[in-house]
Amino acid sequence: MNFLIINFFLISILLLTTFYIFKTTSLISVVALTGIFTLVCAAIYVNLDAVDVAFTEAAVGSGISTILMVMAVAKLPEGKKNELLNLFPSILLSVSIVIVLLLIITNLPLLGDPNAPIHLHVTPEYIKESKSIFHIPNVVTNILASYRGFDTLGETIVIFTAGLGVIVLLTSNTLNRKTKFKKKVKK
Amino acid sequence: MKDNISSSPILNIVSRILFAPIIIFGLYVQFHGDYGPGGGFQAGVIIAAAFILYSMVFGIKKGETLVPIKINQYLMCIGVLLYAGVGVVSIFLNGNYLDYNVLASDSSSGQHLGIILVELGVGITVATVMIALYHSFASFRIKDD
Repeated sequence: MNFLIINFFLISILLLTTFYIFKTTSLISVVALTGIFTLVCAAIYVNLDAVDVAFTEAAVGSGISTILMVMAVAKLPEGKKNELLNLFPSILLSVSIVIVLLLIITNLPLLGDPNAPIHLHVTPEYIKESKSIFHIPNVVTNILASYRGFDTLGETIVIFTAGLGVIVLLTSNTLNRKTKFKKKVKK
Repeated sequence: MKDNISSSPILNIVSRILFAPIIIFGLYVQFHGDYGPGGGFQAGVIIAAAFILYSMVFGIKKGETLVPIKINQYLMCIGVLLYAGVGVVSIFLNGNYLDYNVLASDSSSGQHLGIILVELGVGITVATVMIALYHSFASFRIKDD
């Protein structure tokens, strides 16, 4: 019962935040509200006992990405900060996604259903044997680093590549070279 | 937002006090990942948050002297190489790639060692990439001329 009440409360906050994200016109408030949105998502994950996911969501989603978005908004030219875009395409896209999700939702298993396919595949094996094989109590760490070591190596390389890309794109030297190149082409 | 150096004494003092505890908490999350929630990804972001706070309050110039760009970029590569290197070492010890069982005398301590090294690699890469992202965003200027 408590679980349901807390979940209902958090999801109504999510809906309220979404409504204000939709309503507001200044970009900086949209960024702040998105930070609130991800923080509430983290609270929902805690309520679902997914502490590791909640931790990541709180640190990455509402921490670092909000700061980076604030920096990006601060770098925009003055006139563009509060410019209203044509909302019609995005509304159309959102409504069609909602319709598709509502059509699918009846086929999904219920929340916490023990017979859901996700709980029957490899999960029982991991939960049963990982402690005795690896002697490490946190199953999430076992799966992340040992069962799926290749995946995590790939994720690390993705993050590395993303950082490399941003450095190459935004470092001032490259930018100067580019503008000089453009001038030469114009001449 | 010119160089966003804050003149407010409250921000100044609070960030001075918070800098070390944030890093200690990050290290706790890093090395306690085997027993509780946490691990390399979260710890990397938390440690990066301490350095980003420093750069936000004291200015990007001071942040870059604290973590020089060259060293930051080397550390980015070292993190990935540490992860991949653990796999190569386990090949040389007659195991499969990223098979931690062969790293130590028995499989349990081998797993412990392997997972700690791998998570350390992830943590170093994530922390330095986040710092690099912030620094390149903060020192980015759109040239009009």
